[in-house]
Order: sequence, then C-alpha cells, then structure tokens
Amino acid sequence: MKPLYQAFSVARKDLAVEFRTKESLNAAAAFSVAILLLFSFAFDPFSDTIHELAGGLLWLTFAFAGALVFNRGFSRELPNECLDTLLASPLEPSSLLIGKAIGVFFLLLIVEVISLCVFGIFYGMRWWLHPGELALTCGLTTWGIAIVGSVFGALTVNLRLRELMLPVIIYPLLIPLLIGAIETTNTLLIEQPFTGYEWLWAKVLLVFDIVFTSLAVALAETILVN
Amino acid sequence: MGQAIEVDHVWKYYGDYPALRDCTLGIAEGSCCALLGRNGAGKTTLLRILAGLSHFQRGNIRLFGTAPRASETRRRTGFLGHGIGVYEDLSARENLVFFARIADVPSVSQTADGWLKRVGLDRVAAMPVRQFSRGMRQRLALARAFLHEPNVLLLDEPFTSLDDRAIAMLSQLLIESRERGATIVLSTHQLREAMAIASHVALIENGKLRYSGERTQDMLDDPTLLYRLHTELGAA
Repeated sequence: MKPLYQAFSVARKDLAVEFRTKESLNAAAAFSVAILLLFSFAFDPFSDTIHELAGGLLWLTFAFAGALVFNRGFSRELPNECLDTLLASPLEPSSLLIGKAIGVFFLLLIVEVISLCVFGIFYGMRWWLHPGELALTCGLTTWGIAIVGSVFGALTVNLRLRELMLPVIIYPLLIPLLIGAIETTNTLLIEQPFTGYEWLWAKVLLVFDIVFTSLAVALAETILVN
Repeated sequence: MGQAIEVDHVWKYYGDYPALRDCTLGIAEGSCCALLGRNGAGKTTLLRILAGLSHFQRGNIRLFGTAPRASETRRRTGFLGHGIGVYEDLSARENLVFFARIADVPSVSQTADGWLKRVGLDRVAAMPVRQFSRGMRQRLALARAFLHEPNVLLLDEPFTSLDDRAIAMLSQLLIESRERGATIVLSTHQLREAMAIASHVALIENGKLRYSGERTQDMLDDPTLLYRLHTELGAA
C-alpha cells in the first residue's frame, strides 16, 4: 500500500500547486472551450453529420488540451532541483510516475466536464443519457492519455524543446486509444447504449491502459534516473 | 564502528572528462566527513553519486552495504543539493508535510510542526515559500533534509547563504544528528565551520582524492593547512 500512498501524496501535492496557480488548468479549459466554440461556427451544429464528427471533435480537443496539462507535470519539478530531491528521497520512482499521472488525470477530467457542458449547449447534444458508459469511456481514455503523457513528460523533462517534442512523440502512440474513444463516444452521442462493437473498443481502451501503466511501473527507475 | 560509506576505486566521466579518478574513501558510521576542494574538484559529483542521482563508470559504492539507488538506502539518506528542493507555490508547512508523507514519517503534522519550530519558521509556516528570503529557504531545505531522521546526511554546501544564527542552528543540528549516530558527509568552502564540526576530512583536487583522514587539532587551528600541504596549487 505504501507505493500507492506515496503516489496519492504526489498527486495531492500537484493538484494543490495547480489549484493555487491554475497555470495549466485555465489554459487547457480555455483552449477546449475556444475550439468547441469555433467548430460550432465552422459546422452546422444541429445537422445530422455533426453526430459522425462529434466524438472525434471532442477527443481531439481533449488530447490537445491534455498536452497543456502534462507538459507542466514534470517541468514543475525543475525549479529548486525538486526532481533530484524526490529521486534521492524514499519516494519510489514508480510512485512518482503514477502520482504525476493521477494529477494529470484529475485535471483532464475537470477540463472534460467543462467542455462537455459547453458542447451540450452549443451542439444541442444530450451526452448525459448513458452516464455509466460515458464515465467508463472518459475514465479509461483519460487515464491512457495521462499515463502516456506522464511517462514521456518524464523522458523529455530535460530537453530544451520539450513543449514541441512531447506532442510529436505522444500523439502517434495515442492513436489506438483515441480511435477507441471516438468510436464509443460517437455511439453515446447518438443516444444509443453500447453494443458488442463498443464494448470491444472499451476492452481495447482497458488493455491500452493496463499495458502502459505496467510499462510505466516497470521502467520508472530507468525513465527517471538513467 | 563499521564503515557506513564505502567508495571503492570509483571513476566518473562526463564525456571524455574524468570528474572522479580512482576515488577510494571509507567513512565510518557516526562520523562527520568534510569534503573539501576548489570549485570543480568533484565534490558535488561524489555527493550526487552517493545520493544515487548520478551514475559512475567504474568502481563500487556501498552505503551500509547496499547500492545508492536501493530503496533501503534512500530511506536512510537525507540529501541537500545545490537546489533547495522545496516548492515555491506551497507553504513551508505544506512542503514539510508532503516530504514527511513520502518518507513515511509517523505523525506527519506533528513532525512537520516540530521541524518548523526547530528551524525558526513556525511563525511563517503558512506563507508560500515564494515570499521567503534566501536564508529562510535554506533553513526550510535543512528541515526537509533532516525530517525523516536519516542515518546518512549528504549535504552539498549547506552553509551557503546562511547568516550567523542559522549557521549556529545548522551546526547544532549536525551535532545532534551525530549524537544519535548519523553519518554526515558535507562539502563546503567554509573551512572554519567545517573543521569545527568534522571528525574526518577528505580533500579532492581535479577528481582525485589527495587526502583523507581524521581532522587534527592543527587543521582546526589553521583551516587552510590542508590545502597548503596537499594540493598542487597550495604547494606552488
């Protein structure tokens, strides 16, 4: 239980700093709302075709907003050599990575809730009709984005062009996750429950999360120290 | 007493440049070793290797018989590097509570409050570190490093930016740590303070260990004696 307790302590600290400064939360929320607002002018938000695009529009917005959040995750540890202090402390490197991902996960969820409210208003979509399936899709996809973002955030933390490098490395890896999220979300946005096809994609999301979380835990020492 | 720290023929390269050359040093349990040397001699490199933050190419290092990166070693080690290692946007108390939590310290709040009082920051405990002076930050960093009562303290120039009162406070903390059996390795340019606290002295020049041994009364009387006797610059 100790590594998990350490991970939640890291997440709690990151969230406390973020709620105090609102550095990435404000930027990510404003970015998402602006994109959704602009697309509501680019497409007719009440046409039938928007239902086919809506899932993609939402998840690409969340993924790009995510870059603003996970870019800050490890760069927050650079001033005062806090990262070195954490690595020399009794904190397990895997707990540090998972803690960072938990922090990013909650921040992204906040951005998603704000964006979904705006989306409902501008596009007239009743996304809340299947809350269980929606929560499952958002939870699994957001964790996938958070863990991949945190792992590569740690790898690129000392690069000068990390803000540019991080999205370039991460988005190709997120393709299977985003396809799954788009497929399942499209079904929810046409107000239908999951069928076998969507459950299959939900399993893909779950497998993606398990694989990347396991890799993060197993390789944390190598990623952070070596 | 056995050896707490064993550095055995360690070589560390930055590219082609050898920052440490065949460094061999044993530090006895409960002793306080002052690492001395000019800027760029290799003191920080050695401390970072001991803290498990930097890898070395050849040789072997053991802290209480385990490798520097082992969980058990990190639990027993307190490290204070050049950076103070605290968060600017958190208060002094929040910082100490966080570090107490990750170090699995029992009664987190009490420990944090106790240390804030010991380093004289109890009245500004709720203030963000951003608003602290340099000396206050350094005192908070010391509290952070000592918080979990480590068996090994690795301190890189801990006297930097401390005023007289804070230097006395740090000296007292180091004496108390030694009394409870902790082993201390500190690098410093403040020879007088180092000689007053240290039981052993190690002098590094250009990555090579020039001298290591007990601190003698002569060194205490004349802190620059070691430099004059054992370094090329001093000899010249």
